[in-house]
Amino acid sequence: MSAVTAPVALVRRRPPASVRRKRFLLAVANHSLLIAAAVAFLAPFIFILLTSLMTNNQALSTSLWPHPIRWSNFYDVFTKAPFWRWALNTLQYSVLATIGLVLSSVPVAYALARLRWRGRQVSFLIVLIALMLPPQVTVVPLYVMWAKLHLVGTLWPVILPNWFGDAFSIFLLRQFFLTIPEEYLDAARVDGCGELRIVATVVTRLAKPAIAAVALFSFLYTFNDFFLPLLYTGENPHHWVLSLGLSEFRSLHQVQWNLTMAATLLVMAPVIVLFFLAQRAFVEGVTLTGVKG
Amino acid sequence: MADVRYEQATKLYSGTDVPAVDALDLEVEDGEFMVLVGPSGSGKTTALRMLAGLEEVDAGAVLIGGRDVTDLPPKKRDVAMVFQNYALYPYLTVSQNIAFPLKMAGVKKAERERQAAEVARRLGMERYLGRKPSQLSGGERQRVAMGRAIIRQPSVFLMDEPLSNLDAKLRVQMRADIAALQRDLGVTTVYVTHDQAEAMTLGHRVAVLDHGRLQQVGEPRELYDRPTNRFVAGFIGSPAMNLCDVTCEHGAVSFGGERVELGPAVANGSGAVVLGLRPEALEVGLEGLPARVEVVEEFGADAFVFSSAQIGGEETRLVARTEARRAPAQGERIFLRVKPEEAHLFDAETGQRLGA
Repeated sequence: MSAVTAPVALVRRRPPASVRRKRFLLAVANHSLLIAAAVAFLAPFIFILLTSLMTNNQALSTSLWPHPIRWSNFYDVFTKAPFWRWALNTLQYSVLATIGLVLSSVPVAYALARLRWRGRQVSFLIVLIALMLPPQVTVVPLYVMWAKLHLVGTLWPVILPNWFGDAFSIFLLRQFFLTIPEEYLDAARVDGCGELRIVATVVTRLAKPAIAAVALFSFLYTFNDFFLPLLYTGENPHHWVLSLGLSEFRSLHQVQWNLTMAATLLVMAPVIVLFFLAQRAFVEGVTLTGVKG
Repeated sequence: MADVRYEQATKLYSGTDVPAVDALDLEVEDGEFMVLVGPSGSGKTTALRMLAGLEEVDAGAVLIGGRDVTDLPPKKRDVAMVFQNYALYPYLTVSQNIAFPLKMAGVKKAERERQAAEVARRLGMERYLGRKPSQLSGGERQRVAMGRAIIRQPSVFLMDEPLSNLDAKLRVQMRADIAALQRDLGVTTVYVTHDQAEAMTLGHRVAVLDHGRLQQVGEPRELYDRPTNRFVAGFIGSPAMNLCDVTCEHGAVSFGGERVELGPAVANGSGAVVLGLRPEALEVGLEGLPARVEVVEEFGADAFVFSSAQIGGEETRLVARTEARRAPAQGERIFLRVKPEEAHLFDAETGQRLGA
C-alpha cells in the first residue's frame, strides 16, 4: 500500500531586491518612453478635436480649451458645404475600387503563385516592373487616354484601373499564396474542385488575412487619395471626394478653422473606425509585407 | 472499386535529366492493398501523384478500372487521397471537412451532414463533429482525413505517408485501423511510405522503388525471404541485411576464413559475389568467425549484437540476432557462425540475386 501524502503548497521564490529594483526601473523607463511617444502622436489629433469644438474667434486665440463647447460646428460643416455629396463620392470611389482590386488581383496572384504555365516568370517580372514604375511616368498618357474616352471630370478614371489588378496587391497576395501548403490545393483538386473553385472556396478562406490587408490598404489609399481625384475631377466639383473638398474648405469659407477642423475630424473618423475594426488584419498585413501602413 | 495499372509510366521534372519515375510497370488488383516503399527520392510519391492526376505523365499511361486516365484531371479519376499533413481545411468543422467532397459534388446539405455523421461514427469521431481541426490531436486529424477520403466511396484510395506525423504508439494503432478499414471497405488502395515496418505489416503486396525504378514487387514475406537484388536486400528488414563482398568457389564462399557451403542452386557460381546474411542467419557461438562486440541493442526477448570482424582483410560490421538473456557484453570477443540455408548471394557487379 502506498502512503497518500497531502499536496504541498508551492512557495514561490522572490527574486533578490536588486533584481526587483532593476526590473521596476526598466518597466518605468519603457512605459515613460511609450507614453511620451503616444502623447507626441496624439497631440495633433487632440488639437484638431479641441479646435473643432471652439468658436471661430476662440480658434484664432491662444486658448487651448473650448469655451463654450460648440457641437454645432459639426452640423455647420454639412450645411455650409456639400459634405454629403463628397462623402458619397468618396465611398463610391473607395468601395468600387477596393472590390474591383480584390476581385481582379486574387486570381492573377493565384495564377502567378500556384499554376504552372509558360511565361509565368516573365509575367511576374512585368508585375514587378509595374510595381517599380513611378506614377508620374504614366499620368500624362493615362490622362490623354481617359480624355479620349470622354471620362475626365468623372470618377471612372480613378475607379476603373483598379478593376484590372494592382501590381502591389498582386505581389503581396502572390507572396502569401506561396506560403499556403500545396496539399490544401491538391486535396481540393482530388475532391472535385477546378482551379476557379479552388480560388473561390479554398484560397480566399486560407488567405483571409492577406486579402483583408490588401482590401484595407486599398480602402485607406483611395479614401485619402488627393492627387488622382484632383487630376480627373478638379474641374467638376459635383464629383469631388472628401480629400479634395477638405482642401477647398478654407477658401470656401475664409479660413474658419473651427469648421475646417470639424470637417477634418469627420473625414478622419471612418478611417480610424475602420482601422480599429480591422486592426488585426492590418497589422498582419503589415507584418506580411514588411511595408509600412 | 477498380484495378490500377501503370504502363511504362514516366515522369521527368523540367530541369532534370533523370526521370523521377522511370518506365514504371505495375498492376494493382481490384481490392488490393499495395504499398509503394523506398528511400527519399525513390519516386514513390511522384508515382502516387501521377495516379491521382496531380502530376502529368510524360510517357506511358495510367489506367484505373481499365480506363485510361492519363490525361484526365484529378476530379474525373474517382480517387480519394489522404495527405501526409492531413490537409484539413482549418476554417471548416470536422463535419464540414468530411463532407467537403460531397459539397463539391453538389450533394444537398442535409444529406451531406447525414453521411458525414455516418462516416464519423464509423471512425469513432461522432463527438468531434462540431470541432475545428486545431482542436483535435494528430490521431484525430488523421481520422478526419480518412473520413474525407471514404465518404465519397471512390474507386481507389491513395495515401501519401499518412502516419508519418504521428508518434510511434499512435502509428501502430492507426496502422491497424487503416488495415481494418481497408479490409471492411475492400477498396483498392495504394499507400506510400518510407517506413518498411508499415509496408510489411499493411501491404498485401509491396513495391520497392529506388531512383524512380521498380526494384521488386511481391508479398512482404517474399521480399524478405527472396530479395531480387542487393538494394531490396539492404532496404527491407531492420536491422538491414549484412552484405559482405566474398569470393565464391565451387558453390562455397570463404567467410572470414570459414568455408560456407551454399546449397546446390549456386553450386556452379564462382568469382566475386556479395553474401547477404540477415541478423538471424548469424549465430553467436563458440566457434566460427571471430568478432568484437561494439554495441548490443536489447528489444525485450531479442537482442541485436553489432560487432566488427575481419573479412577478406577488411574491417566489416556485422549484426547478429540472439536471445537477450544470452547476449554478450560490449567489447567481448565472440564467434559468429553462418546458417548456410539462410544465406543470400548477389552478383558483385549487377547486384542481382544469384540462384533460387
